[in-house]
Amino acid sequence: MLTAVVTLAALGLVAAFGLAMAARIFAVETDPRIQLVEEALPGANCGACGYPGCSGLAKAIVEGAVGIGNCPAGGENVAHTIAKIMGVTYSGGSERMAAIVLCGGSDQVARKKFMYNGVRDCASAAMIFGGDKYCRYGCLGLGTCAGICPFGAIRMLPGGLAEVDPAKCTGCGKCVDSCPKKIIKMVPAKRTVHILCSSHDKGAAARKACDNACIACGKCVKAAPPGAITIDNFLAVVDYGAEIPEDVAGECPMNTIVVRKEPSGCESCAAAAAGGGAV
Amino acid sequence: MKKWRFFGGIHPAYSKEMSSGEATVEMPMPGELTVYLSQNLGAPSKPIVKKGDTVKKGQMIAEAGGFVSAPVHAPTSGTIKAVEKRPFPLGDDMDAVVIEPDGLDEWEEGRNVERPIEGLDAAAIKKLIHEGGIVGLGGATFPTHVKLSPPEGKKIDLLIINGAECEPYLTADHRLMLERPRDIVEGAWLLAAAIGVERIVVAVEKNKPDAIAAMREAVKGRDGYVVADMDVIYPQGAEKQLIYAVSGRKVPAGGLPMDVGVLVQNVGTAAAAFEAVRFNRPLIGRIVTVTGSGVARPGNVLARVGTKFADLIEFRGGCSGDTGKVINGGPMMGVAQPSLEAAMMKGTSGLVLLRRDEAGQYSGGPCIRCGRCVEACPMRLNPSAISIFAERLRFEDASEFNVMDCIECGCCAYVCPSRRPMVHHFRRAKAEMRKAPKKAG
Repeated sequence: MLTAVVTLAALGLVAAFGLAMAARIFAVETDPRIQLVEEALPGANCGACGYPGCSGLAKAIVEGAVGIGNCPAGGENVAHTIAKIMGVTYSGGSERMAAIVLCGGSDQVARKKFMYNGVRDCASAAMIFGGDKYCRYGCLGLGTCAGICPFGAIRMLPGGLAEVDPAKCTGCGKCVDSCPKKIIKMVPAKRTVHILCSSHDKGAAARKACDNACIACGKCVKAAPPGAITIDNFLAVVDYGAEIPEDVAGECPMNTIVVRKEPSGCESCAAAAAGGGAV
Repeated sequence: MKKWRFFGGIHPAYSKEMSSGEATVEMPMPGELTVYLSQNLGAPSKPIVKKGDTVKKGQMIAEAGGFVSAPVHAPTSGTIKAVEKRPFPLGDDMDAVVIEPDGLDEWEEGRNVERPIEGLDAAAIKKLIHEGGIVGLGGATFPTHVKLSPPEGKKIDLLIINGAECEPYLTADHRLMLERPRDIVEGAWLLAAAIGVERIVVAVEKNKPDAIAAMREAVKGRDGYVVADMDVIYPQGAEKQLIYAVSGRKVPAGGLPMDVGVLVQNVGTAAAAFEAVRFNRPLIGRIVTVTGSGVARPGNVLARVGTKFADLIEFRGGCSGDTGKVINGGPMMGVAQPSLEAAMMKGTSGLVLLRRDEAGQYSGGPCIRCGRCVEACPMRLNPSAISIFAERLRFEDASEFNVMDCIECGCCAYVCPSRRPMVHHFRRAKAEMRKAPKKAG
């Protein structure tokens, strides 16, 4: 009995000494800030920064390879936190961007050319005659972008359209790449006037395919400040660099132009904290 | 007794009796012909006519756009109405030469005249086949002259003339074998001469005894021909499956029939090659089966390339009332059509119209790992695993499981109790892998 206890205790001591020595000799010097920065990052591993995940970006920031404002998903809040860790001042980066799906062709207003029965994925659906809508530019409504969004900012409306919640959107841009129709754009989150159509079809053809299509009548161009809205190949396009008064939306005979605002007040800061802060 | 078959496969309802007894009838000239510039696999053809030009029947209107491409010829005489995008039976709108027939149907000078074929050497035959715009008429529309030009060092010793016609409903090849067996045999001889082959197997499924008898009659007294009565199993007419069933040779993964010394050509291709070489008639028409319970009078139609689906259906008495689906090709590998404004091409072997109650609408469920698709896959792939990978967008893994060897025959989808859209998954995976940059090594 006694022999067993002593033997085990002795073995334990020897092993502990070995481990303690090994920890000293083979210790790897790491900057403690890397872990702090990684904790400050959103942790969604979305890849929007170009690094494989948040730990990759944390290492790059601490090593000085990229700037502290390089997490598009985290935005201002995260940049300020990282600035504190790194002991530098954050001078403010580019403005916050949010995604928007430029299509208003829900099942109620856009006509379909056949019954789609295949894989529930937009890119797969687009392989079959370009999708089931007459409009070859429109949202296919199968929710590939909603499924890929790391922040749960995209929801599918009952009419088969994807809608981005600008408060939850962090601007990582994953949805932009996932859309086979390339109708999701990154725009400054503060802009409120949007033209929800991507169809370059001529007016008559566009109207035939969808009740909410832009027919390039040009009314909004006249109502908006000069240059803020232009017609590009039968489609009115917003220049997001310019401020557009909200009443321009009322000018559109096709109800293509919408005003979309971020929620205000307390809701807004809660959402910002949820989307951009360290969770 | 030799078993003429391969691994896997299925036995769908063949439904060929609707049109197999109907003799081919020539279709009257439609009001407009839509001749696509992408009639073949490979590079699209380049138009050499413009709006307002007048053309003669058989005149070349588009030249080959590369080596793997074939020229396109005017199916009749008339005026070029437009060269523009038109609805296309295989996908997005496609550039087409639209011809308004003048009703005279006049051949171009030098066309449609008999010329001697004795003494033509291999290069001359290949040239005439290329100039005739001949492509594989089994459906894949691979330019025939490319198949006849194996690279140095590849020796081909067996030509298989494919008259299996395993796709349900279709009877175009069946009628061709009954009505023009000698043209097929002559064409097969030309194709064999072009590659220096002396053994020719004409493979026909057993469910066409009259076609087998007709072909046997046509090859009587000629050396080197065998008419094989193949087992009736889908996809017996698929190239690699047919090669194995006939010769026992296995085409390696990612390889071509020429790797095992075999060339496969459809019966229609052989007949078209004969016409092009012997009579200088380019490929401007073919037999199309218009069938199914959704059409009033199912039958086989000799129609010109560019005839709109709507005209074809109209010619067979129109829709039978409750038509729910129109398929370009057969029900296994064909493509359902959103528009009847699309027109037939060189590779269009049939138009199948299904009633609304036959064209089931269902959505696929999750894979239950029952393994039926694994037993049915004639390529010995694991469709279950591949479809699950594709569903999760893991295309690299799908590629590891050899999705690129899938022939899209649809056997897996046919037997799937969960009704998964298998082939759609595989097409997506293949498209993604083709887009992805090739890995080194």
